[in-house]
Amino acid sequence: MIYKKTILSAIAVIFLVSPVFADLVFPSLSYRTGPYGPNGIPFADGYADYFTLMNERDGGIGGEKVRMIECETGYNTEKGVECYESTKGEGALLYQPLSTGITYQLIPKASADNIPVLSSGYGRTSAKNGKIFKWIFNFPGTYWDAASIATKHAIEMSGGSLDGKKVALVYHNSGYGKEPIRTLEELSKKHKFELMLLPVDHPGQEQKSQWLQIRRERPDYIFMWGWGVMNSVAIQEAANIRFPMENFIGVWWSGSENDVIPAGDAAHGYKSLAMHAPGDNFPVYDDMRKYVIDKGLGAGDGSNVGTVLYSRGMYAAILAVEGAKSAQAIHGVSKITPSMMRDGLEALDITEEKLASIGLAGFAPTFKATCENHGGTGSAAVQQWDAKKGTWSFITDYMTSDQSVIQPLIDADSAQFAAENNIKERCN
Amino acid sequence: MSADFLYTIEVILNGLMAGVLYALVALGFVLIFKASGIFNYAQGVMALFAALTLVGLQEGRVPFAHLINATFGTHVHNFDWTLPAVAAIALTVVVMVLFAICVEKLILKHLVNQEPIILFMATIGLAYFMEGFGDLMWGSDVKKLNVGIPQGGSLWFEDLTIGWAAEGEKFYGMYIDILDVWAAVIALVLVLVLTIFSQYTKSGRALRAVADDHQAALSVGISLRMIWVLVWSISGFVALVAGMMWGAKSGVQFSLSLIALKALPVLMLGGFTSIPGAIVGGLIIGAGEKLFEFFIGPLIGGATENWFAYVLALLFLVFRPQGLFGEKIIERV
Repeated sequence: MIYKKTILSAIAVIFLVSPVFADLVFPSLSYRTGPYGPNGIPFADGYADYFTLMNERDGGIGGEKVRMIECETGYNTEKGVECYESTKGEGALLYQPLSTGITYQLIPKASADNIPVLSSGYGRTSAKNGKIFKWIFNFPGTYWDAASIATKHAIEMSGGSLDGKKVALVYHNSGYGKEPIRTLEELSKKHKFELMLLPVDHPGQEQKSQWLQIRRERPDYIFMWGWGVMNSVAIQEAANIRFPMENFIGVWWSGSENDVIPAGDAAHGYKSLAMHAPGDNFPVYDDMRKYVIDKGLGAGDGSNVGTVLYSRGMYAAILAVEGAKSAQAIHGVSKITPSMMRDGLEALDITEEKLASIGLAGFAPTFKATCENHGGTGSAAVQQWDAKKGTWSFITDYMTSDQSVIQPLIDADSAQFAAENNIKERCN
Repeated sequence: MSADFLYTIEVILNGLMAGVLYALVALGFVLIFKASGIFNYAQGVMALFAALTLVGLQEGRVPFAHLINATFGTHVHNFDWTLPAVAAIALTVVVMVLFAICVEKLILKHLVNQEPIILFMATIGLAYFMEGFGDLMWGSDVKKLNVGIPQGGSLWFEDLTIGWAAEGEKFYGMYIDILDVWAAVIALVLVLVLTIFSQYTKSGRALRAVADDHQAALSVGISLRMIWVLVWSISGFVALVAGMMWGAKSGVQFSLSLIALKALPVLMLGGFTSIPGAIVGGLIIGAGEKLFEFFIGPLIGGATENWFAYVLALLFLVFRPQGLFGEKIIERV
């Protein structure tokens, strides 16, 4: 009898303390520890703080409170998959893993579980093809867009042609770092430049060999696909060999304050691509401080508000929130399911008016997702670091990528994925 | 001379310099292993912690600011002062001595006469604790370290060597990083000081006695606990030097603790008990991995340094299992 009572009490307690499943659940597969923690922390803070802002200022999304579940991945693919498995049962609406490795693992799993994944500016590039990747989104841009835009910028700097020039790609020796190679190889054929590939092993603390090769080969431009300490070491090494910083262009994951501050004045003039504006000169940051940071509800102490990676995390949350609002509007309900969330993302239309209403006028490129296109317009701007002022500034407008090179690659890669996984094209 | 030959010399030279930096980390392992038989897994984290403390003190950061602010709702981050590099280094040495005392009192004292594997496991725990403690104390943001050591390629050396190539050859002069030269000089001074200390001072002799035979050293009245504090303090100082050099290159951030991975092949090659072994091992690993990466790397996809260092160390181990300078242990039954 006592045994029975204990069991019943336990069940009652479990039901009482269980989370309320009516909330809109957004898991955050973050990394606050490990060698990539300094980058993971501001991103995770921005992601969490925007959801808190929604709850505090707007009472949630469409009247439904947001519940964010944070799970530490340590930027480790296996841990990332464990986090996915342990949180998906909570009613997860969307995953944004901030890791190309984890994204690759989640693509088949989330597709089978009917949960959308958004990998903004990372992950599998060909997931842009919504005809094949129903559950995966990667707007506003992909690595292949980034490779094309960096090349475009180099062409502009060279007076309209890269013919006979040499471009080196210094990349993190991982799935992430290798992602742009295919596009750059195609672009090198089209624009007749020589491509030099220089992988750097994790974590990238020691890169002397790579930079001696660069010094010897004297490339005209260097593109970098780095993450974590690899970025700051590369920028320091470039300065050491007196490589012209204005010809050194990193992807958007190699363009945060963390990457340039260790090199001090030597980083002056370094460039990177940007999928959103730097700085905190937007009204949303005032709200963030008023409703979240000053009330002590921030995920961090507020010191990183407005930094590039904080804004990146916040932007990721904004896309999630806007996707949820879009889903609520489509289905006419506030309590949406992952499947509805997917519909919302597929109908997402980020306009200037929408950005202005969020308090972020001009912050990011506009785009409209469709059934066929889950990757947006593929736009990015180029930003440059001013070491004296300690600020990033845009030096170009948002540029679009060369779709004549990228689209055939996307079609080929996604067709291969479809054939391997027996997926039929949709949107017809 | 042909440009290719000169480039090869340049790679070897830079490899040797990188090797000195590896050796700086390996030295800390050797000191503790030699005196106590403990393989200190926390050595890399000690370098990180020392560098974090140095930057924190130099910039006048408030330790545990996040914790204080979260607990009391305050917004304190910095004191209104900064410290000159020398004073910050001196204070960091004091912190590392205090750290050594704590390690002895809280961990080692309770593990006397335990198996080496138990002590090794304790240092794993210590490493994880120190990682979190360092984060909590000084924050996890990437910090710039500037102790006044110049950095960047030496123009003088470039100008000196640019004319060495035969006419018409594409050669831009040899590259050498001034910071690496400083690191080599500091490592040399460090080894000299450590050698003089262990050979000619009373404490140094006591340390060697403990290293040779714990029981015999105890029987003549040498305090094992004092020796442990001493050796962990010296090791903490070596970690500070390594942390300073590596931190100046990449900024002070968590990945600094991973430099320990670079020291392992050095230890395998040079032996766990020899200070000169750490230096020579570092030089061989540094030059070997750079040569391999520069000449063979491009043919096989590059990024060979991480694994090639271990292959090189294993090759040496086949012929000399105790390492180049390690003590050959013969146990008779």
